[in-house]
Amino acid sequence: MQVKNRLKPFFENITFEREDNTMVVNFGPQHPSAHGQLRLMLELQGEEVVKAYPDVGYLHRGIEKMGENMIYNEFLPTTDRMDYIASSSNNYGYALAVEKLIGVEVPRRAEVIRTMLLELNRIISHLFWLATHALDVGAMSIFLYAFREREFAMDLMEDYCGARLTHSAIRIGGVPLDLPERWCTDLEAFMSVLESQIPIYEGLLTENRIWRMRLEEVGVISPKLAREWGVTGIALRGSGVKWDLRKEMPYGLYPELDFDIPVANTCDSYGRYKCYMAEMYESMKILRQLVVMYKDTDSQIMAHSPEYISSSKEEMMTQNYSLMQHFVLVTQGMRPPVGEVYVATESPKGELGFYIVSDGSPYPYKLKCRAPSFWHTGLLADLLPGCQLADVVTIIGNLNIVFGEIDR
Amino acid sequence: MRAYKPKNDVQKKSYYSDRFYITPTLAKTSIYNDSVLAQDVSSLSNVVNILDSYIQADHLVIIIDPTDNVKAIKHLKEIRAYDFMMELTAVDYIASKGGFEIVYEMLSTSKHKRIRVKAFLKQGEAIETVEPLFRMADWSEREMYDMYGVVANNHPNLKRILMPDDWNDHPLLKSYPLEGDEAASWYEVDKIFGEDARDIVGPELRDAACVDRYDTERFARLGHEVPKGVKISEGEEPDTPIRYQEEGGVQLFGKKLVTPFDEIESVTLKERR
Repeated sequence: MQVKNRLKPFFENITFEREDNTMVVNFGPQHPSAHGQLRLMLELQGEEVVKAYPDVGYLHRGIEKMGENMIYNEFLPTTDRMDYIASSSNNYGYALAVEKLIGVEVPRRAEVIRTMLLELNRIISHLFWLATHALDVGAMSIFLYAFREREFAMDLMEDYCGARLTHSAIRIGGVPLDLPERWCTDLEAFMSVLESQIPIYEGLLTENRIWRMRLEEVGVISPKLAREWGVTGIALRGSGVKWDLRKEMPYGLYPELDFDIPVANTCDSYGRYKCYMAEMYESMKILRQLVVMYKDTDSQIMAHSPEYISSSKEEMMTQNYSLMQHFVLVTQGMRPPVGEVYVATESPKGELGFYIVSDGSPYPYKLKCRAPSFWHTGLLADLLPGCQLADVVTIIGNLNIVFGEIDR
Repeated sequence: MRAYKPKNDVQKKSYYSDRFYITPTLAKTSIYNDSVLAQDVSSLSNVVNILDSYIQADHLVIIIDPTDNVKAIKHLKEIRAYDFMMELTAVDYIASKGGFEIVYEMLSTSKHKRIRVKAFLKQGEAIETVEPLFRMADWSEREMYDMYGVVANNHPNLKRILMPDDWNDHPLLKSYPLEGDEAASWYEVDKIFGEDARDIVGPELRDAACVDRYDTERFARLGHEVPKGVKISEGEEPDTPIRYQEEGGVQLFGKKLVTPFDEIESVTLKERR
């Protein structure tokens, strides 16, 4: 319990005077390697961590509360602000959950475009992870290289939806726009650039002595610990558990796509690094297949479901009933059936689930977001004891946590 | 007569209603449509009392008594191979049913199945923690306590997780307003200036869309400008006449294009007189 008084400036970072020999250090909430607003209270014996206590909540904006007070379409741009490194994956997770609730079939072209955005966003997220993680560990040049390619990928995103970070490009029932002309050509050009660049990153890191010393056998997550903490995504696959929702419980177009799930058995940070690099190749493999798929789809990009989803602009401007329905859907919002759904998708961070309880009104009765980073941060309490202080930075960076989705 | 609105539910409600609209329900199917899930339910029914079970949106839902939660989850984890607990949360039904629904969302990676265990907990009662079975319950039960005030018995560290420790009330309750309650509006004032300064500083503006036309410190008064910080109140607003550039004629190359109308010099008026 905090003492109820006004804030006073005081030297709070280190407590020296304790009876035992340990020292308590506050790692964050303003630490540059904490990847956001993570406060980590560490009890140190020399340089060894004896006890770790992650403290979160510094970025809490009450997104779930806001969701309960917004109509379903209104909430979609808010989901961007959860995992802001890969906002398309949040949009998709939410849209998929609502689509399951209202039982809408998404047209094939929309599905292709969505999957393209998701995989491009996965590449963006992984490049960001690589850049910041390498920077934390001490490899400055990788940061510059990876951010350069990430810029190209974000330019593609900008060409599609106009936004670079908060896309809102996946809507309930489909996508708002068709791909612009030459987008697929640009995408292929980007992929050929990236393909020539990833070997350079790997050349700089994979066999680098310092990189290996700092990552190998650091942050070992045993499969048992991963299950206990509900760890998903690459953190789980790096522990030798082959579990990717795109493959194991597929959704969208993924059953038709041919790709592999990289798994590492070493359970350490280095194994997870390998998985991240391999996943970028897999995402490019998926994108290439999607470019081919896109060519033989018809032009419909929004689901036809007048009860829940507005018609296309053309229909709205020519048909009275479509316009009326659009007014109703915008002013009152859609009224999904009474029921509850939990829909999980594989975001770049892990399993992103949306649990929506609907009571038949235009506002969700309960909206809960299962953010993978939340558990990855909780895991730190069990993972860090026994590590060196320098490894703490490696482990935090390696787990790829984003505070927008932890604190929501 | 106005429709009855429960006091303990201040969440935004639909303004429009259509009395001929029949709300559809997401179909619930029998558990026997899926042999794997049917086995899970029959196995679990030997251990705990199952109140209801059905499949909704390809998802098995089991409703149990809140006192059986640890037994049920232990059985599902150890015997039925549901190795992941994905989500643990509560749903506020205080206004309609007088309690919470506790939701355990589980996943079996070997069977590729998801299962949702639900238990209805009356308001004021506590539920037993499942933290010994799944470590992740440490954080999710803390979140549940923080957001709903649902206490988990025997939890190792039941403290708030997202909100500050000395926060008043639990924000995800339906009785909690979106922009925060009265205590929330004083929280930062007390922290930064101290409780004694409440009269001077005033409560925090928590409504993002609020515009106070008599507050000349923080809001611009377009078209009715007054110097910053001037104290004005209703009825005593200074009259700021709106002036246009054209008044007094538009100056162009040293010559006035539009000359102002002068009553005395006017030729037309002179002739009429």
